[in-house]
Amino acid sequence: MSTQSYVSGSSQPIFNWKKVLKNHGGLVALVVILGFNILVTPNFLQLQTLFVNISQVATIAIVAMGMTLVIATGGIDLSVGAIMALAGAIAPLIFQSEFGQMYPALGVALAIGFPLLVAMACGLFNGVLVSVLKVQPIIATLILFISGRGIAQVLTNGNLQTFKNPNFSYLGTGKILGLPFQGWLAIAIACVLFWIISRTIFGRYVLAIGGNERAATLSGGPVRRVKIAVYIICGALSGLAGLIVVAINSASDAARNGDLMELDAIAAAVVGGALLQGGRAPIFGAILGAVIIQLVKYTLLANGVEDEVALIAKALIIVAAVYIQQARKE
Amino acid sequence: MLDSNAFDLRKYISRNPQSMAVWVALATLILFGLLRYDNFSGAYNISSFLNYNSMFIIISVGMSFVIMTGGIDLSVGSVAAFTSVIAAYLSPHGIEIALPLAVLAGVAFGGLNAFFIIVLRIPPFIATLATMLGAKGGALVISGANTIAVDWGSNFTKMGMEKIYNILPWSIVVVGIVVIALWFLLEKTSLGRTVLAIGGGEDASMLMGLKVNRAKAFVYLLSGGCAGLAGVILASGFGAGQPLEGIGWELTAIASVVVGGTLLTGGLGSVPATVAGALLLGLVFNILNFENGLGTITISAYWQMVIRGGFLFAVILFQARVMSRNKRKGRVA
Amino acid sequence: MDAVQKAFNGVVALDGASLDIEKGEVHALIGQNGAGKSTLIKILTGVYHSDGGHVHFDGAESFISSPREAQSAGIATIYQELNLVPLRSVTENIVMGYEPKRMGVFIDWDEAHKRAREILQRFGIDIDVTARLGSFSTAIQQLVAIARAVSLDAKLVIMDEPTSSLDVSEVKVLFGVVRGLRDAGVSVLYVSHFLDELFEICDRVTTMRDGRTVDCRKMKGVTKLDLISGMLGRASSEIAEAGMTEFSGGEAKHGEVLLCAENIATGPRLTKLDITVHRGEIVGLGGLLGSGRTEAARALFGIDALTGGAVSLKGASARLETPAAAIKAGIALLTEDRKAEGIIPDMSVRENLTLALLPKLTRNGQIDRAREREIVQSFIDALGIKTAGMEQPIRELSGGNQQKVLLARWLAVEPELLILDEPTRGVDVGAKREIQAIIRDYVSKGFGVVLISSEFEELVEGADRIVVLNEGRSIKELKNPGITEDILVRALAHTGEEAA
Repeated sequence: MSTQSYVSGSSQPIFNWKKVLKNHGGLVALVVILGFNILVTPNFLQLQTLFVNISQVATIAIVAMGMTLVIATGGIDLSVGAIMALAGAIAPLIFQSEFGQMYPALGVALAIGFPLLVAMACGLFNGVLVSVLKVQPIIATLILFISGRGIAQVLTNGNLQTFKNPNFSYLGTGKILGLPFQGWLAIAIACVLFWIISRTIFGRYVLAIGGNERAATLSGGPVRRVKIAVYIICGALSGLAGLIVVAINSASDAARNGDLMELDAIAAAVVGGALLQGGRAPIFGAILGAVIIQLVKYTLLANGVEDEVALIAKALIIVAAVYIQQARKE
Repeated sequence: MLDSNAFDLRKYISRNPQSMAVWVALATLILFGLLRYDNFSGAYNISSFLNYNSMFIIISVGMSFVIMTGGIDLSVGSVAAFTSVIAAYLSPHGIEIALPLAVLAGVAFGGLNAFFIIVLRIPPFIATLATMLGAKGGALVISGANTIAVDWGSNFTKMGMEKIYNILPWSIVVVGIVVIALWFLLEKTSLGRTVLAIGGGEDASMLMGLKVNRAKAFVYLLSGGCAGLAGVILASGFGAGQPLEGIGWELTAIASVVVGGTLLTGGLGSVPATVAGALLLGLVFNILNFENGLGTITISAYWQMVIRGGFLFAVILFQARVMSRNKRKGRVA
Repeated sequence: MDAVQKAFNGVVALDGASLDIEKGEVHALIGQNGAGKSTLIKILTGVYHSDGGHVHFDGAESFISSPREAQSAGIATIYQELNLVPLRSVTENIVMGYEPKRMGVFIDWDEAHKRAREILQRFGIDIDVTARLGSFSTAIQQLVAIARAVSLDAKLVIMDEPTSSLDVSEVKVLFGVVRGLRDAGVSVLYVSHFLDELFEICDRVTTMRDGRTVDCRKMKGVTKLDLISGMLGRASSEIAEAGMTEFSGGEAKHGEVLLCAENIATGPRLTKLDITVHRGEIVGLGGLLGSGRTEAARALFGIDALTGGAVSLKGASARLETPAAAIKAGIALLTEDRKAEGIIPDMSVRENLTLALLPKLTRNGQIDRAREREIVQSFIDALGIKTAGMEQPIRELSGGNQQKVLLARWLAVEPELLILDEPTRGVDVGAKREIQAIIRDYVSKGFGVVLISSEFEELVEGADRIVVLNEGRSIKELKNPGITEDILVRALAHTGEEAA
């Protein structure tokens, strides 16, 4: 992390905007978007706006942080959206079962715990394919990308599961100090992950693997195990995000929960400064990226631009972010 | 493969164990279907099966070229959705106008991919992901997020609805012609061999003096064009441009390609085996439908995705084994 | 070609290299690692462009700007890592890019297979040309590469280390083919580290050193000693005068046996190595490139699996199956390839330095950062690492300082046996002396070191004993004091002649 903002002072002595854009593009983009909204978007500076955006951004941020870890090892995880759907589908099945209704407290605890375990198992599956069988990450995670959502739909028979369960819904609708619970949760997770990345041996290995896998192996690093763990963490965070989405809506729709989330998460991670070839894990950058992605969506929506155009905007953001990275590398 | 003048089956099998497995599986399933279901060989089943799967055959073949170079194209589904809308808008002018222009629109998206990948040097997976979003957004914008009805008065719907002798839909005929042309292109032209060589080793290909960038641009343009054709079939078969279709098509295509024995790392691959892979995937679902009809099982449509993923998993395991065996046998580092 | 120059980022790789190759001769090009051979070849084949000088080919000055142009001009190259596509068929690899066509478009496979078969039969090999190239041995693949060159009507064939992965009988076949080429009027530029084989196949030899061509002469009448001394830049008469006296040297007083490897082998490039290291001792591995030096290091560090022989550490037999296991057993390896296998470029000096030490710096998963900094600072001071601070990314350091950081990475772990593969390559003279002093200091604490170096001077001055390697086998052991470079060179040259 400490290397992240280090600017090489070698080649060009003059100050130039290019360099600022390259190294702090995310922040610049955020300022531009905020400025634009304050000037143009009606009612932007209102608490309600803040709430809406926080509750939306939290899920993207949570998944994006997991994605950031995976990308830091030089991998990618396409299955995050499907894992969200799967975890989100399992939870209501548990607390709405006979058992869950007989022991409500235990039911909710299980409805959170078990889906997270399943999500971690999905991560384990991905991790083993990538690090033991040496399957390319894109392809390895494609398997669950395809079938994970299918399993969720099979489990629920494709039905929308609606429910009233205030305890469970706290995940998505609760407030602490007036701000959405999941916002706090995202920040707490970010702090923990930041600590892991910057202070623990595991975090150091994650960055070392992405920076030079061969060197990490030759220095005795447990490369295989670390890679598997990273996918498990990403799976767990995706599962958590899936639960939050279900809690917000008081309904679980396996077809829509987490749809296209892999794109949002990758975009957020990349905009936040993660390098696709690995070696960097800007955790708070992922949150920044998630905020930008969400704000772009919100800005377009609030100004009457169609949802569809927002997709194109997202596409442009991804290409621009990766292109800038590529340029930085060279 | 066409390279041997005297076709030697044993040699073929030993060299392409995986392709062979596809053909055997395909034949087994067909036989199973013929024996078990009365209507399996009926004109209706055959023609609707071919009509529906013609779209997947063509995008799978396009995808196979991309994968043979070691790349990937995630944008095919969205591009097909986009071109289905274009084709629907153009349908009053007849198929002779709508088809080429819609295909051209697909090629344009392929050009965008090629530009990102070759000029901006963005990894294929990210570049085509962006194009996927762009095409999807574009399709929704130009259609206003509605399905666009085609002009039933013109000859446009013939392609997806009329059948020769009541059994061969025009869509599969067109796709068949294109696929055979591409098969020849892969096996019989320098361009095709360059595509395979790039996947087998991009640096080596460059050192051999092959025109690597040209071939790479070609595969993305081709994949875009194939997606464009699939979009035309979609619009003409369903009578409407479908901006919301195409989700997950890229996965079906990738699965077909991989099931057909193309190595994901590139360098190996065959057009007929890819077609067989696409047919095999389609047939699995066809048979599941029949089973549902018989009432022996009640498998919801949702199993489709699970089964597709399972297929991909099995094939990947198989490939991983082959790869590690090759490596053990392999060269000195 | 004459007076060709080439510089990369200000580093001069070629500085006035001249080379003339006659029609129908086999011309050898030799030199130490980094002498500029590969750069020269890449300019000839259009991969690099020269910064100065001229290339004349076939009587006219030529400006080759791409591999494709080189091919059409009649220059074909067979690289060490074969530039072939193993997944494709033999025929394809021969005709790719120049396929025979029907009607100008469609490849005529019958004709292509026929052509491939004919060319290979000329070499005396009869294989199924429709089979995947990768299913054949390296030797066959090599011949296919040559076949491709022949089919393109090459006038000059460049072979870069063609025999490095071939066995004796395969080399014979290859030589037959090379002779056939020569007799057909094709010129061959033959680059090899295996000096013995040059005598068998080459007509003339050009020696390179430090980016220059220093010498060109007829192969006839040259001795192996002449070649080695040319590569090293020393007069052969000096070496010869060093005489045959065997220096037994005083039996040095070293501690107990630390490592004992007997008859270890990992494949064709390391077939039989015996080495013993005592505590407090630096054991050098001497040999030319391709003699199995690096393979020996890889074997001892658990990268390559042993196919034969046994290793014991401190008297107990040891199974070193992975680098992690080797590290646990007290072995460390400073790899030869600093960039690919050593540094993590974007990480700081601190993070790079403690990478191997991490498990010992960690309590309950958390890194003790105060101790980490303390240790890093102590190494920066002790080794004199010049850096703007321990948080500076290692990629910004000079080569010598990067190397010191990597050395510190291992010293920090205090391995009982430290293997150093070319520890001073690409390092300036000052840093080199310092690194050598650090190594000497380390063994004085009772640890053992295996030192691999292509610089004989470094070995002779630094090592207590030198195990001499040739073609994957340890063939001799020299003891200090008393070893001189000349003796080492003699040992290498002598054994070579014996073998031949």
